[in-house]
Amino acid sequence: MKTTLLAAGLATFATTALADTPVLHVLTYDSFTAEWGPGPILKAGFEATCGCEVQFTTAGDGAAVLARLKLDGDKSDADVVVGLDTNLTAAAAPLFADVAPQPNTLPVPFADPKFVPFDWGYFAFVYDNTKLTTPPTSIADLAASNLKIIIEDPRSSTPGLGLLLWVKAAYGDGAAKLWSDLADNIVTVTPGWSEAYGMFLGGEADMVLSYTTSPAYHLIAESDASKSAAAFSEGHYMQIEVAGKTLTSKQPELADAFLAYLGSDAAQSALITTNWMYPAKTPAEGLPQGFETLIQPAKSLLFTATEAQEIRAAAIEEWQTALSK
Amino acid sequence: MLPKALGLGIAALILGSAAMLGLRAESWALRPADWAAVRFTLLQAALSAVLSLGLAVPLARALFRRRFVGRGALIRLLAAPFVLPVVVAVLGIVTVFGRAGPINAVLETFHLPAVSIFGLQGVVLANVFFNLPLATRMLLHGWQAIPVERFRLAASLGMPPSAQLRHLELPMLRAQAPAIALVIFLICLASFAIALTLGGGPRASTIELAIYQALRFEFDLGRAALLALVQLLICAAGTLLASRLTLPPSFGAGLGRSLDLPAPHGWRRRGDALLILMVVLFLALPLLAVAAKGLPGLLALPSGVWPAALRSVSVALASALLVVLAALVLALAQARRASGWLELAAMLPLAASSLVLGTGLFLMLRPFVAPQALALPVTMLVNATLTLPYLYRLLLPEARALHSDYDRLASSLGLRGMARLRYLTLPRLARPLGYGAGLAAALSMGDLGVIALFAGNSGATLPLFVQQLMGAYRMDQAAAAALVLVGISYALFWVFDRIGHHYADT
Repeated sequence: MKTTLLAAGLATFATTALADTPVLHVLTYDSFTAEWGPGPILKAGFEATCGCEVQFTTAGDGAAVLARLKLDGDKSDADVVVGLDTNLTAAAAPLFADVAPQPNTLPVPFADPKFVPFDWGYFAFVYDNTKLTTPPTSIADLAASNLKIIIEDPRSSTPGLGLLLWVKAAYGDGAAKLWSDLADNIVTVTPGWSEAYGMFLGGEADMVLSYTTSPAYHLIAESDASKSAAAFSEGHYMQIEVAGKTLTSKQPELADAFLAYLGSDAAQSALITTNWMYPAKTPAEGLPQGFETLIQPAKSLLFTATEAQEIRAAAIEEWQTALSK
Repeated sequence: MLPKALGLGIAALILGSAAMLGLRAESWALRPADWAAVRFTLLQAALSAVLSLGLAVPLARALFRRRFVGRGALIRLLAAPFVLPVVVAVLGIVTVFGRAGPINAVLETFHLPAVSIFGLQGVVLANVFFNLPLATRMLLHGWQAIPVERFRLAASLGMPPSAQLRHLELPMLRAQAPAIALVIFLICLASFAIALTLGGGPRASTIELAIYQALRFEFDLGRAALLALVQLLICAAGTLLASRLTLPPSFGAGLGRSLDLPAPHGWRRRGDALLILMVVLFLALPLLAVAAKGLPGLLALPSGVWPAALRSVSVALASALLVVLAALVLALAQARRASGWLELAAMLPLAASSLVLGTGLFLMLRPFVAPQALALPVTMLVNATLTLPYLYRLLLPEARALHSDYDRLASSLGLRGMARLRYLTLPRLARPLGYGAGLAAALSMGDLGVIALFAGNSGATLPLFVQQLMGAYRMDQAAAAALVLVGISYALFWVFDRIGHHYADT
């Protein structure tokens, strides 16, 4: 009891002492700030040097983050936004300021003056290899099967949007047909990645839309080799996750410093084993053991930011129409 | 003066929202997906109404003619789902009917294909869970309103059950069933929290859900406004239709004695017993599942539960106070002198829905403040507005009786103003006021609607918090938080109802 009181007293004292320290508001998606996510580590790491306090605000999944930013308009207090991807950057660009480019080791060239990449990965359907011994080998194969899948909503989540563009990149005008074939496989469409992955782990479906790197989490963090990502012959769509500084930021210097910190070895290493993605710039010590077991897509697909922006609205409508029949 | 201002305020809120939506709608063309949402909304509401009623007819009949231990308790329990927070029921239904739940486990042992809880079937199942008890209670009233003498006469004439059904019971059903079905249809039109979790994609999206997605997912204000306008029109049309459909059954008055009649034996008896048992299981299993899952977690609740509970209780208390005052003012004014437009103003919220009002207020307020700053006041206002018609209807007959019984006496004694309120009105109306306040507080406590539209990430109410935990598939924590929510909801109801009784008795 005494210690609780003491702790409470200290906490009050600490808050008063912190009252003058600047606060950096970071808007991101919800799994980023989970206790097992990168948020807590990055917060501690950056606060150690910045003389500031980092406050995270979450708004569902990546695409919902953009909607939230637009919704708050000029009343948004976000300084930094973490977790958009290149499929959304063209739509988001008017709300962001230019930032200093950073060196990266991405497999594709990246040159957007307003955003810095912080990690990347390939979308993939993840399954339990103890229950599903012959996984589908293509999206078309999956659509023809009786397997039950959980996907994310492309309007609110970046994996959901990624799948939409994946299908579009692989099938072009045949995308609508593929979606109607896929409709009976879809158990449910969740607003974000966390919901979908949680439901998959809870046993609600055979496969879930996630990343080729997701099995690494189970392997490294839980010593569980039962999760695999299915390699698809159409190739895999790629995601490059980015961060940027808002035009309305009241702490532009701190925001720049935070973006630079995101590209540092310390932050990149933390991201690999908390966000479970490939680092935007491979740290000196390389990738952790276990990553070499992951599937390597034969072909990677990616629209440019401008292409994605042009396709998005029509593709979402096509998706909605195909799935609402 | 006050009643007029209040009536104007309510009308302004609802018509103002509608006008705001009309101004903001950028295109008047519904996209294919919007049409799908309109179709699905009507379909799920119609199916839910038909199924709830279809099951309620034999159930109410069985409850009417059978006597068994716990019958009274069961009938009283049928009132409970009305104030049960929707998220809790949804959580229970997912636990019982989900792919990892007991129902599918049973199916699997018999090598039957698994059933999915997501989509139309899940939405309808959850709607029936809430509306079957409601329909049963309404029908039971209908049965009890048939004079007992008629059943006696029928029995003495040697009428078999089928003939009794034709001559006594069917006329009552014909008069009551359409109105009950329409009430359920109207309730289901505004289905949001159920479709949010159990919808499972564009195939099963209600208009309310589409409004939410247009705002929170796409930030498409024009589309949200258009969808809200469509929802408003459909609800208004349904409400208008309902107001013409309340035909009283035309039985002569009986003595109102309740008499145990000899009920048919044999297969009819077994059928009734089976039906009652099935319904009890259907209603109890999801709640027991939540309790079983949640009880161990009560000792280690996630830290967000208490702040969220505090927010919810404040919103519930404030909205209950607001709506009780508003309903009292309107009902007293109406009892004094009937006014058509005041009546209309009090009933107007029936045409609106949580997300429609929310979107209207959102569009009005957004130019001035960040939406999440007003999440709680807006939720309070919307909850109070939407419960006003129920409370007004509850208070009006009592206010009328009070007026006709005591107005002359009070006037001759010169009892007016605050003194009259304190010594006459409040004590005489304490019972319905307490009951109404309890109802309003519990409904507001469990509501998950407009808060989802406005909430930032730190301002969640308890139902939204449960929804978020469920979303993250932390089912045990969600169940524990849900138990806290149910506990507080029923406690609020009980405390207000008790207070009302206490003041009425003294």
